[in-house]
Amino acid sequence: MNRKLSPTLSYVFLKTIPVMVGYLFLGTAYGILMKINGFGLAWVLASSVFIYAGSLQYLEVTLLAGLVNPLYAFFMGLVLNARHLFYGISMLGKFQNIKKWKPYLIFALTDETFSVLCGEDMPKNSEKERIYLWVSLLDQIYWVVGTVFGCLIGGMITFNTQGLDFALTALFVVIFTDQWKNRKDHRPALTGVLISAACVALFGADSFIIPAMLLILLCLTWNYRHSGNADGEAKDR
Amino acid sequence: MNGDAFMRQAAIVAVLAVATMITRFLPFLIFPAGKKIPRYVEYLGKTLPYAAMGFLVVYCLRNLNFFAAPYGLPQILAVVVIVAIHWWKENSLLSIGAGTIFYMILIQCVFV
Repeated sequence: MNRKLSPTLSYVFLKTIPVMVGYLFLGTAYGILMKINGFGLAWVLASSVFIYAGSLQYLEVTLLAGLVNPLYAFFMGLVLNARHLFYGISMLGKFQNIKKWKPYLIFALTDETFSVLCGEDMPKNSEKERIYLWVSLLDQIYWVVGTVFGCLIGGMITFNTQGLDFALTALFVVIFTDQWKNRKDHRPALTGVLISAACVALFGADSFIIPAMLLILLCLTWNYRHSGNADGEAKDR
Repeated sequence: MNGDAFMRQAAIVAVLAVATMITRFLPFLIFPAGKKIPRYVEYLGKTLPYAAMGFLVVYCLRNLNFFAAPYGLPQILAVVVIVAIHWWKENSLLSIGAGTIFYMILIQCVFV
């Protein structure tokens, strides 16, 4: 066991280096944001261990600071993480024969872990199970370490942090741009932007969330029913 | 921090954890090995993530005021810079880092 453990670990470590860089950077920024908004180590640890979803945790800072209704927070969490449904559906086959750590693998399926596990050059032999586990576990360790580090240095920051929370907006704009470039059919993206903006104008910034979500779902469903090619555009990457 | 606020914040963390687990476990619960995925669900899986990200960008910018100084300019300029850098370099960390710093400079030094 030990003889085999180290080659697996070093292989997995190399695979996850890009995730490590990203998680340490984004995790540190999240930890700083939490700290300067008054949420210390316990909050950061609980979030990174149990929520473990990068963009949702950025949103969490504003939800916590704004003391929003937990029901709202719940719906925001579902909407922001709706993309996980797609990852899950894509991984149904790959996780099919995994026995031991399947619940953890599913729990820890972040955007980045998904992208590593999807890599075509993942070995398909008996080592697969252990490699999947190590990728998932290492990624979460990077995230926890990054966020805790940010929280610890957050208290020592002396520069003016006003505007640092724009990192959340920046993150979403970046993902949006990536998605825009990787997909030819821009109707879903435009639907999201235009309906949400219209709902902000109509219902106001404090109560646009629920109507916007319902209208977006309605609009996508309408498009599904009325387009001859219900698959939309089959390619999504 | 008073007790009520603490309870509400603890509840927020808990529901976010539950919401995340639901989105991650649901596909494996409703589609056990071999079961056919309905086309409508597949369609939502392929379109909802794009609409959701558009929604979230608007959510972040929901408090912009176009009718009073600075007319939402710092945010709009920063978003333009982020999209431009990202379109050009396709490096997420660079785009997020540069965009955030640019925004901080704008609101701390330019539009004060």
